[in-house]
Amino acid sequence: MIQVDCPFCGKRNLTEFTYGGEAHIARPENIAEISDAEFARYLFTRKNPKGTHQERWNHAMGCRRWFNAVRHTVTDQFWATYKVGETAPLPPAGWDGVLSKSEFEATTETGAK
Amino acid sequence: MQRYSFLNILGKSLGYHKGWQRAWRDPEPKPAYDVIIIGGGGHGLATAYYLAKEHGITNVAILEKGWIGGGNTGRNTTVVRSNYLWDDSSAIYEHSMKLWEGLTQELNYNLMFSQRGLCFLAHSEHEMQEIQRRGNAIHLNGIENEFLTPGQVKEMIPEINIDCRYPVMGALLQKRAGTARHDAVAWGYARAADSLGVDIIQNCEVTGFDIQGGRVMGVKTTRGDIRSNRVGVVAAGHTSVVMQKAGVEMPLESVPLQALVSEPIKPVIDCVLMSNGIHVYVSQSDKGELVVGAGTDPQNSYSQRGGLDAVDHVIGPLIELMPIFSRLRMMRQWAGIVDISPDRSPIISHTEVDGLYVNSGWGTGGFKATPGSGNVFAASLAQDALHTIAKPFSLDRFTSGRLVDEAAAAAAAH
Amino acid sequence: MAQVNRVTGKGRVNRSKPVSFTFNGKSYQGYEGDTLASALLANNVKLLGRSFKYHRPRGVYTAGSDEPSGLVQLETGAYTEPNTRATMIELYEGLSAASQNCWPSVRWDVGEVNNLGSRLIPSGFYYKTFMWPASWWESVYEKAIRHSAGLGKCPEENDPDVYEHRHVHCDVLVVGMGPAGLSAALNAGRSGARVIVLDENAEAGGSLLTTGEDIDSKPADQWIADTLAELDAMEEVTVLTRTTASAYYDHNYITAPERVTNHFGPRQQGVRERFWKIRAAQVVLATGAHERPPVFAENDRPGIMMASALRTYVNQYGVLPGKQVVIFTNNNSAYAAAIDAKDAGAEVTIVDTRPSPSGPAFEAAKAKGIHIDEGYGIVATKGKHGVKGCEIAPLSNDGRSVSGKSILIPCDAIGVSAGWNPSVHMWSQARGKVAWDPAVACFKPDFCQQKVRAAGSCNGTFDLAGCLAEGAEAGVAAARDAGFDGIAKAPVAAAEEAFDLRPIYYVPSRRPVGEGKKAFHDHQNDVTAADIHLAHREGFISVEHLKRYTTTGMATDQGKMSNVNALAIMADLRGDTIPGVGTTTFRPPYTPTTFGAMAGQSAGELFHFTQKTPMWDWHAANGAVMEAMGDYLRPLAYARPGESTKAAENREVKMVRQSVGVYDASTLGKIDVRGPDATQFLNLVYTNAWDKLKVGRAKYGFMLNERGMVYDDGVTTKLGENHYHMTTTTGNAAAVLAWLEDWLQVEWPDLDVHLTNVAEQWAVCSLAGPNARKVLEKLTSLDVSAGAFPFMTMKEGKVAGVDARILRVSFTGESSFEINVPARYGQYVWEQIMEAGREFDIIPFGTEALHILRAERGFVVVGQDTDGTVTPMDLGMGWIVSKNKGDFIGKRGFDAPEVARGGRKQLVGLLTDKRDYVIPHGSHLVEMATQAPPVKTVGWVCSTYWSETLGRSIALALVEDGRARIGQSLTVRNINGDAEKVTLTDPVFYDAKGERAHA
Repeated sequence: MIQVDCPFCGKRNLTEFTYGGEAHIARPENIAEISDAEFARYLFTRKNPKGTHQERWNHAMGCRRWFNAVRHTVTDQFWATYKVGETAPLPPAGWDGVLSKSEFEATTETGAK
Repeated sequence: MQRYSFLNILGKSLGYHKGWQRAWRDPEPKPAYDVIIIGGGGHGLATAYYLAKEHGITNVAILEKGWIGGGNTGRNTTVVRSNYLWDDSSAIYEHSMKLWEGLTQELNYNLMFSQRGLCFLAHSEHEMQEIQRRGNAIHLNGIENEFLTPGQVKEMIPEINIDCRYPVMGALLQKRAGTARHDAVAWGYARAADSLGVDIIQNCEVTGFDIQGGRVMGVKTTRGDIRSNRVGVVAAGHTSVVMQKAGVEMPLESVPLQALVSEPIKPVIDCVLMSNGIHVYVSQSDKGELVVGAGTDPQNSYSQRGGLDAVDHVIGPLIELMPIFSRLRMMRQWAGIVDISPDRSPIISHTEVDGLYVNSGWGTGGFKATPGSGNVFAASLAQDALHTIAKPFSLDRFTSGRLVDEAAAAAAAH
Repeated sequence: MAQVNRVTGKGRVNRSKPVSFTFNGKSYQGYEGDTLASALLANNVKLLGRSFKYHRPRGVYTAGSDEPSGLVQLETGAYTEPNTRATMIELYEGLSAASQNCWPSVRWDVGEVNNLGSRLIPSGFYYKTFMWPASWWESVYEKAIRHSAGLGKCPEENDPDVYEHRHVHCDVLVVGMGPAGLSAALNAGRSGARVIVLDENAEAGGSLLTTGEDIDSKPADQWIADTLAELDAMEEVTVLTRTTASAYYDHNYITAPERVTNHFGPRQQGVRERFWKIRAAQVVLATGAHERPPVFAENDRPGIMMASALRTYVNQYGVLPGKQVVIFTNNNSAYAAAIDAKDAGAEVTIVDTRPSPSGPAFEAAKAKGIHIDEGYGIVATKGKHGVKGCEIAPLSNDGRSVSGKSILIPCDAIGVSAGWNPSVHMWSQARGKVAWDPAVACFKPDFCQQKVRAAGSCNGTFDLAGCLAEGAEAGVAAARDAGFDGIAKAPVAAAEEAFDLRPIYYVPSRRPVGEGKKAFHDHQNDVTAADIHLAHREGFISVEHLKRYTTTGMATDQGKMSNVNALAIMADLRGDTIPGVGTTTFRPPYTPTTFGAMAGQSAGELFHFTQKTPMWDWHAANGAVMEAMGDYLRPLAYARPGESTKAAENREVKMVRQSVGVYDASTLGKIDVRGPDATQFLNLVYTNAWDKLKVGRAKYGFMLNERGMVYDDGVTTKLGENHYHMTTTTGNAAAVLAWLEDWLQVEWPDLDVHLTNVAEQWAVCSLAGPNARKVLEKLTSLDVSAGAFPFMTMKEGKVAGVDARILRVSFTGESSFEINVPARYGQYVWEQIMEAGREFDIIPFGTEALHILRAERGFVVVGQDTDGTVTPMDLGMGWIVSKNKGDFIGKRGFDAPEVARGGRKQLVGLLTDKRDYVIPHGSHLVEMATQAPPVKTVGWVCSTYWSETLGRSIALALVEDGRARIGQSLTVRNINGDAEKVTLTDPVFYDAKGERAHA
């Protein structure tokens, strides 16, 4: 069972959260005008990547806040979680999904020393 | 094709079984094929078989990145049923069911298809209403099924606890439903397709598509480029990944679906027991293991492994319904990656690329559909037009809004 | 002949505590500290059961949890457990066990016929036959297969035992209490880290209990005792024995069932097993190694076992499994077993496949007078129910063929060794990769993404000093990574000789594979070397195909003993290396885990909590028939003594229409909506406009999903300028709140609105009926007259002396007052209402009466009359969709071609031609009255009741182009064979103008 790092509460078991799918799918401003195909894309089309995924979580059994996360869909490792409205912290290209952002930074710091 | 029969086993046993041939060849890929199927699972293998058998198209390659039947075909809980609500669903699952009946003989491969019956429980007024609506719909679609009272359920499965927290209020029984030996389905189709001339090419991963002027011309693979202007993608779990290589985005999400088995025991339950209300389903394999279906993990993932929570959510209900199982033990748990469509119905479709077809989105229920899915997909590929049964499942439905919403039908409120 | 195989002066069993037990109905004695396996061996009972497929006689092959064949049915009745490993059952007074998979007895088993006909049933035979005649598959063949498959029997009674879960966090989890694990725990513990160290066995010590080597110049026993004492003294260290780390999930989440009372036998007080769920910052795996057997002809007879197991029986249990012992090996590690057996009084022969073994162990064995056949292999064994002898022959230099004459050695026990497999199961479960090390011929841990280390023999380090050092390093490193500093201090042990292993997996016999005697690699599923050859021949050459086709590694031991040998034989056939063929991924659990333990407390009454309204006690005391709705149990009806539920429902309906009733509406979802942008928010989530609603007034609304389909409904009341009280359906309450939060937090974070779940803050008594006002007037000083308190308005004031919000809404169609009071006053106010209503014959009514009453009025129930495919327009409620306000969720969905088209399924009423025919729920409507299925349906019946008010049946249905068909007739069809005529009507059957509710 994975642990999810709620930006408001800290690390908790998966069972406290509900998953909200792909993040950053904004509701079209001009939703009344868009074509059926565009509407369908907004509603249904998903990147579903094998690798780095930006996604939404809700700490349903905790603070009830929705937040975003960057996670690797093969290793299930989180790179980072971040609040709605914050800029997505993205991992370096080709991230293998092993280290999290904080671990990665700790490693490079040690390397620098 | 070397015929399988008791007499042949008897004969071969005299030669210490050294006379058995390969079940299917291991050919090198040819430079071009009439049709390429991407994905050597049950659905892909069935597609190739029906292309060759029913449409005379034998110059077909199945490209499998690993080993055939290694995805969900070899990881599911082997349930076969056709008791779906909507007419479109009924049509394809019943088409499949009819093909299952007789498939062992047709393929000359014992699929251990066992129509032991599937008992679908209802635990509340709302669920009773749901099974009544569905049971009647199935009946009027010409598919035999019946309602059971709690007493009849108890008669069928004497060990069941019907007075639980969510008491068993009734059930829907489909007697023709049951189970089949999952691996055998892949192997049986592979052997039969191979004997008709289909090339099954394992360890061959598709790395890209050759698309010119909006038309597919071939695929690039780890074993070289292969030409074909008719390509069917049947890569459950990985459909999005493969289609992305053709520049096609899909309305799919991939999640791990979990299952587990107990240690083998002597026969104790003689039907498939299924409960959506408290969420568990269980049957017993011919080997004696209890095969228990769990749910999916919530998050998109391509890791073919289970977490604990999905299993946790199914063991309690299992013991609640069948308290005699409490002292038995879980022997193995695993997961397969399923791709889930927005309306929980499959996607059998042409795409924006001419000649490129996709068969996916079977979610948690693809195994039962293997023959039917392969059959209508083969017809669609052969005719370059969707088969009547496949039409409602095309990608167009997401734009038109004509969903086949099996998910919504079961939702609760009030 | 009691305990003929017991050796004096050896073993850790307590000889002053004899323990009686029965096996297959016969009484025996063992000692405290025995396992069932050691006690049976002490009594020279070697035949334990029959194998899965060929029904061959089988005994114990190991002395641990990797046991594939020594399985028994433990205990009887409600306490019985199938497939229990005799090697892991601690002996207790009165234990009773029986053989499995045999009839009539384990010695005379009818199933043995399978062995005689075994040539007809090689791997996968069932795929090739049983196909004719087709109808026989289920009626004859499958029945026979199922009957002969399976091993033990499922209990026939419910489990009387209880189980529990325990959730813990730790800094360092150490799995295994052998030398490496103890060293790791000690070093991690000394750093101050919170450590859990656990072991599946009853005693800590692992291999030391067998080898007895000195550590820190102390005898092993002493060192173990001192180490445990030191660990016990550490406040942050938890030591768990009889606890198996069973599964390793992501983010270092490990489960570990603990056998709490199993070892005392059945009928114990307290929990039987405790299921630990451990989240560890760091993990050290010190899970040891399993000895690997060679695959040779007839290697499965009872009495043949691992050399290390044989040594364990001698040293740990004081049991010499045979008087004439043969040790068959390809490496030095088995020599110690030979020497210990010799010391225990056995006549010992070593058969070594190496042409010229040498070194200290070799010399020591020679010095003991043990005969060593160098360059020999066992090519056959003798004996019916147990091994009586073995035939050995010299092997060719490459070890691939027999190169000389056989010698027959009489023996009654054989200890075998072909090397060691590190127990990488947990490593593999943790997603760790493994790599083949040709030097020691085994898979060792390689990279793992999780925070885990391997130490000792599970890491491929087989000497004691190395294990202790690695354990110390791993313990300190794990603690350091968890934030605790320490300096590794490894316990000291003498240097040891290397195994000097010469790999051999399949030992040749006189005849080619498949033509001679069976050589098993999977001793439970009966898979032989010949089966691998067959699989290879037929093209099942990938490791997963091999497994699935032959079932190798799929038994209850999950391939602990068989996997590497199967890979090796396949590698040989493919001309590839072992890692070239691949590895299989080990799946949880490490050893089979009791379902009851996994369910823990979530069984029986605690399976799922029951949510109750504040008036629960009153309902329960007054005949309420409960129905489950989500987490709630709520009254369906209140049946009087001798009254059927149906009759109660009808009575309740009648009384509400005639006089007054009260309904407990507390289960509805309730959300407090507050903030400057609250009105704007409601405009976005509801289909209707909220701008003009005045304070103190209420409005009914639909929420839609983005596709325009009805998602939820409820009444929302404006409490203040920026303050609303929203209600939702019961079943959707939590989901709606999360959904609203989603929109608010993610899509419209700039809206200043706060949502608070107040569902359980309020108890709601819904008073309905022509006399409702009269009842309320007795309880309040508020002016509740129709003029002063109009429909769809709210008043605040005291009811029965309690602060209340009263809302004039109606779901029954009658004049109604929804009295909201703080939850803790719910039952009090309810009782006051019942008292005040007595003169009007007030009755409580349940959800079924409510649903009938609302159906008479044509009101829909979301989730019953809608199914996620229905728009407000489909329900004939287009009026609720504002044309004038801006965007709202679902608006765009209306424009999708399928939603915008005409002729969709629409809500209509149905009146049956036969007035007293109540249509079964979920029946369908067809145009063709009599056509046999398949027949096209044009709609379905979503609500159907006997209307006591109208004295006839009524129903609501969703029918294609339904509104245009009003006045026409259709036929009801269903599984019962009904074919009844109905006329389509408007869905409102009663008080079409709605005058009663406003009254």
